[in-house]
Amino acid sequence: MNPLHGYLLLAALLFSIGLAGALTRRNAILVLVGIELMLNAANLNFIAFWRYGAKPEALGGVMFAIFSIGIAAAEAAVGLALIIAIYRHYKTANVDEVSSMKG
Amino acid sequence: MDAAFVTIAGLIVISALAAMTLRNLVHCALCLTITFAGLAALYLKLNAQFVGLAQVLVYIGAVAILIVFAILLTRSDDQAPRAAVLSPGWWLGVAIALAVFSVIAGAIGTSSASTPRATAAPGVTVREIGDKLMRDYVLPLEIVGLLLTAAMIGAVVIAMQERKKS
Repeated sequence: MNPLHGYLLLAALLFSIGLAGALTRRNAILVLVGIELMLNAANLNFIAFWRYGAKPEALGGVMFAIFSIGIAAAEAAVGLALIIAIYRHYKTANVDEVSSMKG
Repeated sequence: MDAAFVTIAGLIVISALAAMTLRNLVHCALCLTITFAGLAALYLKLNAQFVGLAQVLVYIGAVAILIVFAILLTRSDDQAPRAAVLSPGWWLGVAIALAVFSVIAGAIGTSSASTPRATAAPGVTVREIGDKLMRDYVLPLEIVGLLLTAAMIGAVVIAMQERKKS
């Protein structure tokens, strides 16, 4: 069991926890939290492969992680704004009660 | 596989599980913050100082606060204390997640890509990262800036109070 294995397994576990949460929780905010966990697991993979990869001086993994963090921030802002708009319309944040497209 | 990694990894997994299973949404947000902090510690441990500090600033500083705000803005009083937290077909979601984890873990165990090549820790300075961003990655940097501006304007427009038509 080398160190890279540990990081990759941790990232896989984090991704699965996020996926399970995004698929099973009723509250839309917790669905978004699950997606954030999955993005973070991908980031951990980027950094671990950069650290133990072939050419760490090329900085590929670090650059990818930085851009991924920026895009995740944009995604969280738009997603939470959508949830707030849905809540204002339906008076609920549960995803299984929001089932009609034109209300 | 040292003690620090095992401790941080255990903290991350436990807090992520708590963030996905707890009933109180504010507790979920706090556990998510602990997960983000643990990941930042792992980035620092992997010699990616800039990414670790960006994780602290962006995730703990901005995303966690945004999630807490959204939780407080969408809190409904009629939420029954025993209302279901999970959707009706929750066992299917858990089964899919377990299947995904077993596939990824099997791939990690058998792949030759998961054997480390570099052993020496790469020393990377913020100056080098800035140099790369301004030379090789300047177009993606500008695109991300544009995307963030568009996302910010879009979020404000979407969440703005709908004006009543008179």
